[in-house]
Amino acid sequence: MTQYVIRRLLIAIPSLLGISVILFAVLALAPGDPFEELATNPAIPPDVRMALRASLGIDDPVHIRYIRWLIAMMQGNWGFSFVSRVDVDQLILQRLPVTLVVIGASQILALAIALPVGIMAATRPYSIFDQVANTLAFVGFSLPTFFTGLLLILLFSIHLGWLPFVYRADIAASGWQWWWAHIKQSIMPVLVLGLFQGAAWTRFVRSAVLDVVRLDHVTTARAKGIPERRVINRHVVRNALIPVVTLVALQMPAVFGGAIVTEQIFRVPGIGSLLISAVLSNDTPVIMAVTFVFACLVIFFNLLADVIYGWLDPRISYS
Amino acid sequence: MAGSTPASATVSPGLGSVRRAPVTPTAEAWRRFAKHKLAVVSAALLAILILGVLFGPLVWTLPIDEIDFSARLQGPSLTHPFGTDDLGQDILARVLYGGRISLAVGFAAMAVAVTVGVLVGAVAGMSRGPVDVALMWVTDLFLSLPQLPLLLLIIYLFRDALAQIVGQEMGVFLMIVAVIGLFNWMQVARLVRAQFFSLREKEFVEAARALGASRPRIVMHHILPNALGPVIVAASIDVAAAILAESTLSFLGLGFPPDTPTWGRLLFDAKDNLDFAPHWAIFPGLAIFLTVLTINFVGDGLRDALDPRRVQ
Repeated sequence: MTQYVIRRLLIAIPSLLGISVILFAVLALAPGDPFEELATNPAIPPDVRMALRASLGIDDPVHIRYIRWLIAMMQGNWGFSFVSRVDVDQLILQRLPVTLVVIGASQILALAIALPVGIMAATRPYSIFDQVANTLAFVGFSLPTFFTGLLLILLFSIHLGWLPFVYRADIAASGWQWWWAHIKQSIMPVLVLGLFQGAAWTRFVRSAVLDVVRLDHVTTARAKGIPERRVINRHVVRNALIPVVTLVALQMPAVFGGAIVTEQIFRVPGIGSLLISAVLSNDTPVIMAVTFVFACLVIFFNLLADVIYGWLDPRISYS
Repeated sequence: MAGSTPASATVSPGLGSVRRAPVTPTAEAWRRFAKHKLAVVSAALLAILILGVLFGPLVWTLPIDEIDFSARLQGPSLTHPFGTDDLGQDILARVLYGGRISLAVGFAAMAVAVTVGVLVGAVAGMSRGPVDVALMWVTDLFLSLPQLPLLLLIIYLFRDALAQIVGQEMGVFLMIVAVIGLFNWMQVARLVRAQFFSLREKEFVEAARALGASRPRIVMHHILPNALGPVIVAASIDVAAAILAESTLSFLGLGFPPDTPTWGRLLFDAKDNLDFAPHWAIFPGLAIFLTVLTINFVGDGLRDALDPRRVQ
């Protein structure tokens, strides 16, 4: 098993390198010069500007700049935010936990919806329950997260006044009140993301269970007299989850996209809202770093999916 | 019972023993599509939406940018069926205009995605060995790219330069279409490659080769037409994905310029006035939702009609 994980880790490295090449290529191809401002500043003579450029290595060939950038990224030297005057890695470390908590909670919610609903729908195919669940799933993943977010704010914050619609990191309370305030302000972001993902996953689970339910080993299990509930739990669901894990891993970029939008709507201080504010204030080092962090997160979750896949499907060879 | 559940409700099992008059593939596809009630209703609704967006501005001739401070933030009324925004501009006119842009982006980005996807998939599917492996590696790499952050990065870096060359609105349009298209081709490429793998071993391809058909002719005339079913299904889903992506960008304030009222942009402007002008957000939001929902249902119906894997 350890060997399998290590092999997967090694496979992830070329993907990370590929992503870093794409990121750097986008940045290198972009028009505009970071020294434009200095060029129009009469207090800085041209030769000083040129010396500054040379000292930063801006005029070097592109592959050398890429390697230098990559080494700096690996050493944790991610640059300095133009706007907040802090090291980028510190800024991201500050913001990352909130994002991970919101995404994690919403994924758990999505699983809690998708697994039971998908299994129920697939074990009673074309029943009323299945049709209603299927239609609701379509509605669920056709509703864009930004619209659901606004609708929830309209209902729970404006009409009913139950939940706050601005996420606050600094809550002046302690003990269980602090927890309660945090849970209350997380409900809507988690709901928006979780319902969207849950709807998509319900369809994955349903079709995967439908595929497994008609296999011979299920018929055999039923013929042996095993109770239906046990047949579903032991013989069907575990096998059906194998393709679902792959599909869920493929969805990770969409999950992070949804997280960015959700953080922006509810002003959750995570890396998604950091990205948007960085784009709006032309803070290039932060934009690059956050994009790279998102790429790493996607790769990490793909890796996690591979490990779960290996655990679910013992036919995979570890050696 | 366990072995008889078809993958879709509209596939009728057990027809094999009944003799029927020969039907054309189109008629057969239409018969299966028509059995998917929600898809048919959605297709009609989508047609109404598209026609409304195309011809609505001819009927509803209020300008999209007529500022009227005496009619600010009004709810729906006879003169303004969808209400007005904070400058007194008519929201119905703006929703109709925005729909043109959103739909145009959706279809154009789909065309880009399908073209790239078919090209990559066909090349990978026809070649064995390193070319196929390399192309599939690139496909998988693109599948694991964080799309929204990259979209934001590219738009942030290239927007001003492109706007100078082809003008503000056109520049943003071209860029958004290109970028969304280039992030959505992977599914199509995988489908086409899988189809090519199975089709190129079939007897009719063998026969064409024996008759001396050239490689391009085999691809264009014999393999590609047979691989199109799943591609059409994926293309319809791509339209919905592209409309969502464009709306997301505009909603984040990073899509079209502020004076271009796309659906996402309308929501972006409306979100700060949610407490006293909810109609401003609800109508554009509903427009996005209905368009995406109907496209998804039509795609589901097309899957039943065209995807040979589903047919038993």
